[in-house]
Amino acid sequence: MKRILPICAITAAILAGVACSHMPGSASSVKPTAYGAALVESSGGKQTGGVGAVLAQPVVVQVNDDQGNAVPGALVAMRGPAGVAFDPAAGLSDSSGQFTTNVTLGFGPARYQLTASTTTKANKTVELKIDEIGLGYQQTLGSQLNDQYCARCHNAESTPERVSNYDNLEVKPHPFTEGDTLNKMSDADLTSIISFGGPALNKSPLMPPYGYTLSKAQTQALISYIRMVSDPPYGVPGVVHVEK
Amino acid sequence: MDSQDKPVGLRKSLFGSSALVFGWMSALLLILLAIAPTKNFFSEWHGYQNRYLKLIGARGDAAVLRRHFEPGVHQIWNPDLGVVDRCTTCHVALTETTLGEVTEQPFSRHPAMPHKVDQFGCTMFHRGQGPATSVQEAHMSTLAWEEPILPARYMESSCGQCHRGDLQGTPQLNLGRKMLASDGCVHCHTIKRPDGTTFAATDDPPSLAHIADKTTREWVYAWLKDPQAYATTAKMPNFKLTDNDARDISAFLISSSKSAGLKSVSASLDTAKKVQQDPALQQKASSLYGESFCASCHAVQNAAGNVVGGNLGPELTRVGTKVKPEWLQAWIRDPAAYDAGTAMPHYRFNDQEIGMLTGFLLAKADNDLLANVHLDPATPEQIANGKHLVDEYGCSSCHEINGVRHQENFGPELTRIGSKPVAQLPIAPGVQHTLPDYVANKLKQPRAFGPSLKMPQYTFTASQSDALVNALLAQTERAHTMPAALTTPATMPSHYEPAGRAGQLMNDLRCFSCHAINGRGGDMAPDLTLEGSSVQRAWLLQFFRNPNTLRPALVRRMPKFNLTDSEIAALTDYILTVYQSPKVDQASMPNTGYSPAEVEQGKQLFYSRYGCQSCHIVDTKKDKGYIGPTLTQAGSRLTAAWVYNWLIDPQALRPGTAEPNRHMSDADARALTAFVMAQKGSSKQEVAKK
Repeated sequence: MKRILPICAITAAILAGVACSHMPGSASSVKPTAYGAALVESSGGKQTGGVGAVLAQPVVVQVNDDQGNAVPGALVAMRGPAGVAFDPAAGLSDSSGQFTTNVTLGFGPARYQLTASTTTKANKTVELKIDEIGLGYQQTLGSQLNDQYCARCHNAESTPERVSNYDNLEVKPHPFTEGDTLNKMSDADLTSIISFGGPALNKSPLMPPYGYTLSKAQTQALISYIRMVSDPPYGVPGVVHVEK
Repeated sequence: MDSQDKPVGLRKSLFGSSALVFGWMSALLLILLAIAPTKNFFSEWHGYQNRYLKLIGARGDAAVLRRHFEPGVHQIWNPDLGVVDRCTTCHVALTETTLGEVTEQPFSRHPAMPHKVDQFGCTMFHRGQGPATSVQEAHMSTLAWEEPILPARYMESSCGQCHRGDLQGTPQLNLGRKMLASDGCVHCHTIKRPDGTTFAATDDPPSLAHIADKTTREWVYAWLKDPQAYATTAKMPNFKLTDNDARDISAFLISSSKSAGLKSVSASLDTAKKVQQDPALQQKASSLYGESFCASCHAVQNAAGNVVGGNLGPELTRVGTKVKPEWLQAWIRDPAAYDAGTAMPHYRFNDQEIGMLTGFLLAKADNDLLANVHLDPATPEQIANGKHLVDEYGCSSCHEINGVRHQENFGPELTRIGSKPVAQLPIAPGVQHTLPDYVANKLKQPRAFGPSLKMPQYTFTASQSDALVNALLAQTERAHTMPAALTTPATMPSHYEPAGRAGQLMNDLRCFSCHAINGRGGDMAPDLTLEGSSVQRAWLLQFFRNPNTLRPALVRRMPKFNLTDSEIAALTDYILTVYQSPKVDQASMPNTGYSPAEVEQGKQLFYSRYGCQSCHIVDTKKDKGYIGPTLTQAGSRLTAAWVYNWLIDPQALRPGTAEPNRHMSDADARALTAFVMAQKGSSKQEVAKK
């Protein structure tokens, strides 16, 4: 037994060493040639995508100096919750001060908060939070129903293929991203308004009832989609933790 | 005696007395008996269950959660499906609704799903090794067994094992299956559904039998080298041909082409020439192009680089560099004369109009495309080599070519690709040795897996590629052994054919390119299966004469085909007689004769109780609703019986329509029908009729 212990310890140490050398994302591989003072989001935030899928648009962040001018050659590193992958995870900003990365979402339906970070000359870390939305089965179904029944009025954005009806309505519908209003409504209230129309909650009769058109599961899916895309995010009323 | 003493001495020296022997044996037995419980106690899953108890111990709802918790190995067993899943041994809280905020694995709650956990188990969806009770064996290993956990982006593929048709909630799977049929995959690869039916191609690659009538060898060469350089939306993949290969294939295709005997009208060609040279005439021709709604099917890249227009026909950005004037005027005159299977309708244009459109399109040229293409006249050796290459690359899998037999099953069959053993997958540098990675990379870089592979390079986006992988991974062994009662069938393609003269006309006008009837046809325009129940005869006659659009928000519209009165009458009679719904009884409701009181009551209901103006326009000055059809002329267009039945249950007449079922009373539906039928339209309509 006494002879086995040191052997075990040595083996463990070797294994740990091997594991560490395989760890990706060691930032030391790329050396920054310049340092910025701030990070701003250029594009790619608040996208919705399927869980585990690559987002349709890459995330682009820009490194600025304290005057607000773009800084090329600054090192930007990305990190996110478990399951999120970046391609690349770190790199230098390009000639226009921008760093572009493709984001793969994690496996659970959730809002994913990504963090981009860069270091300043004074060796301080500057961070930027970017939100992305991963749709699971239920929210994907909700998103399809939204396209079919809701988006024409509730989404103000018009495209040549799909003209929005938002501007034509006397009483404006709430876009589903409008968390300030919708987060205050309970699931039961949303179910009522979807199933029985606006008048069910003393709101506009221009919102028709869908209770005889959508199934219960479809209404739930729609609500779970609305909850997922709302901004600010919809907080799940958490279970109270009791100290013993 | 000596011989007997020896063993006794040995026994004594080892164990002492026989009581000692008994003691040793008992100890050994105890140790042996203890192995199993000890192993159990130190097992991975036991550790997880202890951690779970610790996790819930600090919570307010610990008592409830503990009551739900059962210690030990859990198993979901479904002998019909061959499912033995012990995943719930560690994933103990999959169905605990109160654990919504716990993200720590393996304790997080499963997100909402369409089936119950114990109904089908886990591995049918996630793959992995069901009976395993250690993390490594259940999820990761690819060596001892074939199915590691499926990445989340390909989860929809698992639904496809039972759901063989379109399924709401799985857009990727639906898109992937559509693309298998529409993007050329099934021309080379046979893909069968578990019920034995085959994915049939929904695209129609052009015949090359008369290619020399249509275009030049130089264009064919440039196209073969890089199809997307001619049109960014081109569906033909890039075969990465060498200059010499493209030279020889173009030589063979042109030399094998036979004349289609197209009619050339010099009047049209003269007009076309004038249009090409005169900007003012081009402006006029552009209006004709717009009025004929060519853009509903054909796209053109605008100055900003955006491709604008439909995708039913080919992109026309550089069409002037491609086609010969004689071919183009003949094509616009009667597309079916060149390609009997084309989706393009037979417009009844006159020679002048044909010339205008021909000139307009020929002006869409890009001289850079062929600037560097200089081909010497083809030699017999080059033509022979071209034929050889056409055989080798399987060109005739998609295209009809004179002198080359159509090739069936040019690529390997993909019916069970979703269960292809990992050991059979080729290895490529930088590609993980798993089935999903192999399929995804095969679509991305088909030739990375070997130097002699022939699969061409496609230009799929990441999302399209994911969709195709989903559709392919659904083709598993398991899908083929699934009990029939658990599966939902695919909708089979309809081969509906309208009859008689109207049927001939409908095919000539290619109605099915845009409209669906009885399950056959496109989805760009409304389904006409019940059209005869819905509209009035006078309106339909007028609509064929001048198809003004019903929905102001639509950009794609019905073109005017310049039909004769007799053709219009034949189509109208056929539609009104044949495309009827048994639910709509025309005799039950009169189209006219409603009292002002009824109409007024309907108006009240329309505006206040049902808020119909949010989607429909009745009063063009006041209403703005853009979603449903404008109702200003509904009383002259629709039948009262249709309006009434629509109000009672819109989904019954058109499944999936955005108008909700209001569950309205019979009286309300009658009053609203009276109001809608009172909308006879403006005087503009009357003028147009004369």
